[in-house]
Amino acid sequence: MSPCRSDRNLVILLRLLSAVSGVIVLLIIAFLLKEALPLFQTIGLTRFFSDASWHPTEGRFNIRPMLAGSFLISFGAMGLAAPLALFSGIFSLYYAPQKGARFYQGLITLLAGIPSVVYGLWGLLVLVPLIRKLQAPGASLLAGILILALMILPTIALNAHAALLRVPQALIRGAAALGLSRGQIVKRVVLPLALPGISTGIILGAGRAIGETMAVLMVAGNVVQIPESLFDPVRTLTANIALEMSYALGDHRAALFMSALILMAAVLVLVVAAESIEAKTVYE
Amino acid sequence: MLKILLLFWVLSLQIFLPQHTHAAGKEKTHLVLTGSSTVAPLVSEIARLFEDSHPEIQVDVQSGGSSRGIADARRGLAEIGLVSRDLKENEKDLKAFSIAFDGITIILHRDNPVKKLSNAEIVAIYQGKIKNWEKVGGHDAPITVINKSAGHSTLELFTAYFKLKSTEIHPDVIIGDNAQGIKTLSGNPDAIAYVSIGAAALEAELGTPIKLLPVANISPTLENVQNGRFPIRRPLNLVTQKKPTGWVLRFIQFARSKDVRAVIQEQYFVPLPE
Repeated sequence: MSPCRSDRNLVILLRLLSAVSGVIVLLIIAFLLKEALPLFQTIGLTRFFSDASWHPTEGRFNIRPMLAGSFLISFGAMGLAAPLALFSGIFSLYYAPQKGARFYQGLITLLAGIPSVVYGLWGLLVLVPLIRKLQAPGASLLAGILILALMILPTIALNAHAALLRVPQALIRGAAALGLSRGQIVKRVVLPLALPGISTGIILGAGRAIGETMAVLMVAGNVVQIPESLFDPVRTLTANIALEMSYALGDHRAALFMSALILMAAVLVLVVAAESIEAKTVYE
Repeated sequence: MLKILLLFWVLSLQIFLPQHTHAAGKEKTHLVLTGSSTVAPLVSEIARLFEDSHPEIQVDVQSGGSSRGIADARRGLAEIGLVSRDLKENEKDLKAFSIAFDGITIILHRDNPVKKLSNAEIVAIYQGKIKNWEKVGGHDAPITVINKSAGHSTLELFTAYFKLKSTEIHPDVIIGDNAQGIKTLSGNPDAIAYVSIGAAALEAELGTPIKLLPVANISPTLENVQNGRFPIRRPLNLVTQKKPTGWVLRFIQFARSKDVRAVIQEQYFVPLPE
């Protein structure tokens, strides 16, 4: 067999395998569309935003409170986790002693591997009672934000770490030779170059935050309302699907599939944003 | 790395393969049961016993709420639906067979000094008219109202007994199943919730800091549920679309027989009277 031939076989195999993953995603979207379509045809998209409330068994389908819940929790978590993750990356690369840095990096990786239900349990039994001491009932938007921030911190931190590592050593050495201090090198040379990679990590983290279900379901209180303060309980779209899908029938079921589609669309927007930032990477 | 992955893959094959060959060697008759998340764990245990004595049968139990039990039995997706309440007027086309009883009671945190609540007080708390424990003989602390998410028969039974509309209830926390309610309450001394007596009694015995309150002065014991004195009580039902025959009938007879009394009591439900 010529090397060329074996190459071709490999290419065919790879194409086939990638096609499988691609097709599965498309099939899932098609399935969601098929399940949501009946309701979409009878009531249209606007009623999901203009109805008086979310009482799907009585034909009222306002998903705005859940949409608000999902976005507030995700962006809150992102706002909290991003700076922490960035500083953690800078610390472990430029300021921590080498052994400590490796240990620290290991810890962050471990944090990424903890199952979400464990975060949820910890949140329910430790974090929620703590918040309750500040203001009842404890299960709240704030609890959801804190738990999710902890969950997406490693995603963002590992991405930030990788982005910082990709900054060419030559540039750092050059900057040092010019007499810049370590702080100045980080601020003026490393960060501007690593920024696209870091942003990608943040957006991927946001995607994970929007999709997270179990932990949020356990700590956020799940009351359908647009929260007025950080201490109000909220319900996210994912928690809503998890709570209601098991018994939902007919239009109610279709409405849940509709909210799943809206979630997919939100994640799609984030992925496209992440891709376009990655494409602009300057140092390659 | 690749080797480790391969090892895992081979190991997982080891777990699944024997079952496949077994199933291929001998065709099994499947019974599908779906419905109430309260009944499903109990029926799973009963099904395990049934399979032990009838190896040619495989019983699949899936949980998903009483409404799903009704719908699946009607559409023929399940041989038997699991429903944790009496059938409604518009569901009388189905046949129901009770296998056990369960009660629903109010639970508070063990540290809450309140010993009992009248029905009117419970209604006022759930409507948001009483917001502080001080008004009903407790500490000066805001009440955290825990409610079930819609579609659970626990919620239907609770609202029906207290004549509450679900739109009137102003909850602070909404939970999915009994376990989540008990965990939420055990972390919050100022909360109030209602759950299945069976689940609550079991957790209280295991040391979870909760206490069960009497309803209308009847204490929430399994005896009072069995003799019908406890007011919020429900049957756990198996429902079928047609008059059961064959294996379905035999399973229902088994689930109602004396052989499963121990299993029912183990899960803190109340067996049928003898």
